Amino acid sequence: MKEEEKIKSQHDLRPDGWVDQYADYLFNYAIARVNDTELAKDLVQETFFAGLNSAKNFKGTASERTWLVAILKRKVIDYYRKINSKKGKAEVRVSYKDEGSEGRWLEEQVADPFSRSENDRIENEELGQAIQDCITQLPPKQAQVFTMKTIQGLSTEDICNELGINPSNLWVLVFRARTALMGCLNKSWFAS
Amino acid sequence: MTTCEDAQQICTKNQYEEASWREKINLLLHLVVCNTCRAYSRKNARLTRLCEKASLHTLSKSEKKRMKDAILRQE
Repeated sequence: MKEEEKIKSQHDLRPDGWVDQYADYLFNYAIARVNDTELAKDLVQETFFAGLNSAKNFKGTASERTWLVAILKRKVIDYYRKINSKKGKAEVRVSYKDEGSEGRWLEEQVADPFSRSENDRIENEELGQAIQDCITQLPPKQAQVFTMKTIQGLSTEDICNELGINPSNLWVLVFRARTALMGCLNKSWFAS
Repeated sequence: MTTCEDAQQICTKNQYEEASWREKINLLLHLVVCNTCRAYSRKNARLTRLCEKASLHTLSKSEKKRMKDAILRQE
């Protein structure tokens, strides 16, 4: 690729490919933060709209995906702002120990940094993003077949019918995808 | 004789519990003599566990279609 073409392509957005390339990634990102699939879907859709509307502001310094993630992040923040303002004015009541024995001092109410379930949740979220990240780097056909087989859990027969391939094609694609994913996922995920 | 490529493909099938018993035997016989494929096999099983743990979500085809149509209307 010539230098000027390279620079040009960096500034170009390709909205027609957005859904296929980024929708799943953004969807997982949103679900991890709002914990509601319907809402997450809406946020992703709004992100694409906002991306279209502000495409002229895209400077090409970040990758298309990073740029879309930044928009989605704003959408998530806006969502929490909105529901918080609906809650009305905060009411402050101070009384130590009324219900429950834990007490109400702030120190006793902060999240426990050693909480196992909380750490697991964060770790799984990071893991999900890492896997999704690697899937987007696969050739489209491999990504598609891997996603259908592993994430959607479809049967070999259904996938073959839908894509018009035979089972040995399918297994070659899944095999290549998995081999690539093992290489792509950070070594630390394979430590223990 | 099962080649490494064959063994690794069977190993992949096995992650989805779709390898036949004949394939499984060939895989096991190969693993006895092949360090590389033993390591591959371990990583592959690990990848299966990681994918389960991450509980990944994906939008269905119809939902993606709907999004695409909506984007086209906006453009």
